[in-house]
Amino acid sequence: MQTLEMQGLPDIVTFFAEEQLGKDAAAEISPEAWRDIATALAEDPDLITRSQSFNLPTSSALAAGLQGEGPPEMQALAKRLDTEGKLSRNWDLGFLSRSDATSPQAVGIWGALKGSMLTMLVTLVLAFPIGVLSALYLEEYAPKNRWTDIIEVSISNLAAVPSIIFGLLGLAVFLALFPNLRSAPLIGGMTLALMTMPVIVISGRNAIKAVPPSIRDGALAIGASPVQVVFHHVLPLALPGMLTGTIIGMARALGETAPLLLIGMRIFVATPPEGFSSPATVLPMQIFLWSDEIDRGFVERTSAAIIVLLVFLLTMNGLAIYLRNKFEKRW
Amino acid sequence: MSPITLILIALGLGLLGWLAGRAKAWSFASSEPALRPASRPIYHAWYVALWVVIPVLVFVVAWSVIAPQLVLQTVLASPAADGLPVFGFERDAFLGEARAVALGQAPGVFNDEAEPLIVPFRDAFSYYNTIGILVTMLIAVAGGALAFLRLRPQFGARTRVERTVMMILLLASLVAILTTLGIFVSLVFETVRFFGMVSPIDFLFGTKWGPDTMGSPDAVDPSRYGAIPLFWGTIFIGAIIAMIVAIPLGLMSAIYLTQYADPKVRTWIKPLLELLAGVPTVVYGYFAALTLAPMIRDAAVAIGITSASTESALAAGIVMGVMIIPFVSSMADDSMAAVPGAMRDGSLAMGATKSETIRKVLFPAALPGIVAGIMLAVSRAIGETMIVVMAASPAANLTANPLEPMSTVTVQIVKLLTGEQSTDHPATLSAYALGFVLFMVTLALNFIALRVVKRFREAYE
Repeated sequence: MQTLEMQGLPDIVTFFAEEQLGKDAAAEISPEAWRDIATALAEDPDLITRSQSFNLPTSSALAAGLQGEGPPEMQALAKRLDTEGKLSRNWDLGFLSRSDATSPQAVGIWGALKGSMLTMLVTLVLAFPIGVLSALYLEEYAPKNRWTDIIEVSISNLAAVPSIIFGLLGLAVFLALFPNLRSAPLIGGMTLALMTMPVIVISGRNAIKAVPPSIRDGALAIGASPVQVVFHHVLPLALPGMLTGTIIGMARALGETAPLLLIGMRIFVATPPEGFSSPATVLPMQIFLWSDEIDRGFVERTSAAIIVLLVFLLTMNGLAIYLRNKFEKRW
Repeated sequence: MSPITLILIALGLGLLGWLAGRAKAWSFASSEPALRPASRPIYHAWYVALWVVIPVLVFVVAWSVIAPQLVLQTVLASPAADGLPVFGFERDAFLGEARAVALGQAPGVFNDEAEPLIVPFRDAFSYYNTIGILVTMLIAVAGGALAFLRLRPQFGARTRVERTVMMILLLASLVAILTTLGIFVSLVFETVRFFGMVSPIDFLFGTKWGPDTMGSPDAVDPSRYGAIPLFWGTIFIGAIIAMIVAIPLGLMSAIYLTQYADPKVRTWIKPLLELLAGVPTVVYGYFAALTLAPMIRDAAVAIGITSASTESALAAGIVMGVMIIPFVSSMADDSMAAVPGAMRDGSLAMGATKSETIRKVLFPAALPGIVAGIMLAVSRAIGETMIVVMAASPAANLTANPLEPMSTVTVQIVKLLTGEQSTDHPATLSAYALGFVLFMVTLALNFIALRVVKRFREAYE
């Protein structure tokens, strides 16, 4: 791609665009448009030998003109090109595979989506086992004493603490311990895991409570040890209920923005994060960042990103409701 | 070498130990058929595997803290480090660059001074990586062998494995205490530092908020740290405007859903309310900032209020109220369901209509639970961040006019902590003090609400 740029591909593209569309219209082609052609050339070198026409992305000003917004001369130009059939509205699938950019015509959400996935993975790996294990301990084994009371009180408090306080904790503790992991999905995931864990514990305890005592008594009567009773009988029966709670907690974490603002995930990410320790942003943060942009073209992008986020959240919540209805047992 | 690789090695060796332990336990049956083993083979397997994995995990945690220090020491001891500046940012920058290149994270260095350090870094990394792997293997094999040699038919593997499982369960539930403690200690620590610069009286009762983030940290002007406008903004948006929207709508929807709606409608509307509760707050914030706020301003200007702002408290408060509706509704739903059916039936039997029963019997009986639910809703509303960050104003303003811009505690925390300030600046520390106040207030609200709910439940059981 760099060689193609050196050999003057951008100039060639501009030249043909001017020939086809006229000078004023060619000026409104997105400055990054030649990259589309370069990608096509790299995939199919034979292109160079025949003639082919491309649909190239326009500038955001022209796009706004087509919507009937922006300066009048741009609206007139858009109207002229539209009647000539040289301007078309296309379904921009690339939005799902690109990352953040400065021009609204070139942005995409893959970078933020990947950041969200990495963060959620860390959250799940930390919060699920800890949540399930502490629910088992508190519901099945914990002796009635002062320590157990303290644990229970802190869990119900944590479930009620505003999310931004977890951001303060992440900033004051995690970032003080690992200063070079600022903005990394690892720290974001750890912070969100602390927030999600109480949700999993509370729903897990309710699921364990719903398992009838006769099952425990039966297992104990035929000689199972307390650990065997829980891990062979209670846990498998309570697991669907725990999964429902986990999915709801994860959906809440996926939509969470405030704690991640404080630990530095409010950044411009032009390439998708490579791993758990590289700077990343998440989907709701991307929505927040774009909603602050002045360019009118970002309004549609923000809305599109919200739709993507809502699709994920509705799927997760729908799955949780479905699981609950399917596995809810009346003993 | 990342700790993940070491953990993977440990898990692989653990699997080997597991298989070896199980094979040995199986062989007891053939070698000494008369003897009935104390534990089933699977527990022997787990016993060996735990002895491999747990010591290695402890080592990996310790090693990932120590190793970078050791690498740094080695590099600094090498002759190439003699040319480094003695202290300060430059020295750290050079070391950081050389480390990044040595690890393959960066293609090259910007400063030539960092160039000679790359080779020592690379050598030190490979040296300590080898040591790390060797020690990991050694610990794993030693632990595994120790456990393996202890296996006997009469060995109580199960009790030992179960004791470890109980320890792990206990550790998992201690995480909650640690988190609470972590929040409390870090907030208190930074708040005390802040109160060393600005007196708590000025902070809690001052009426002018405008921290000077650029000013010198040594010359603090306490009159700029009066948090009353923020507290008022938070209460006005979260506890007054939002509740005016949420309480009637939430209560009415709960009464309709529990008393009037037929089951078919209920099965559809209840999940819809739950989905509304799952919408992320950043989406509500976007709606408030882009749709509602301009609408409210235009409407206000149209009826002649020219001072109306697009960052009005009204827009943020209304959207926050909508966000809280499902919460209020489900709390009210629960408290009305907790009222014994006999009270309702008695009222109906005396000839009261359905609406009279709800107004005169059900609602008063459920009131303590509903009040507690509203307190929980308020605590959630005042801690809500994204809606106010996007729709309310960053500038604090002490006024009772809902059309004027107002700021909240959460907005200021975000504003003060997302820039590039030093961690010692009073403006940065004041964000922790605000966070501490928020934390204590939400805790108090929740504590009281949970007590009320508990007593209310007991009254009927």
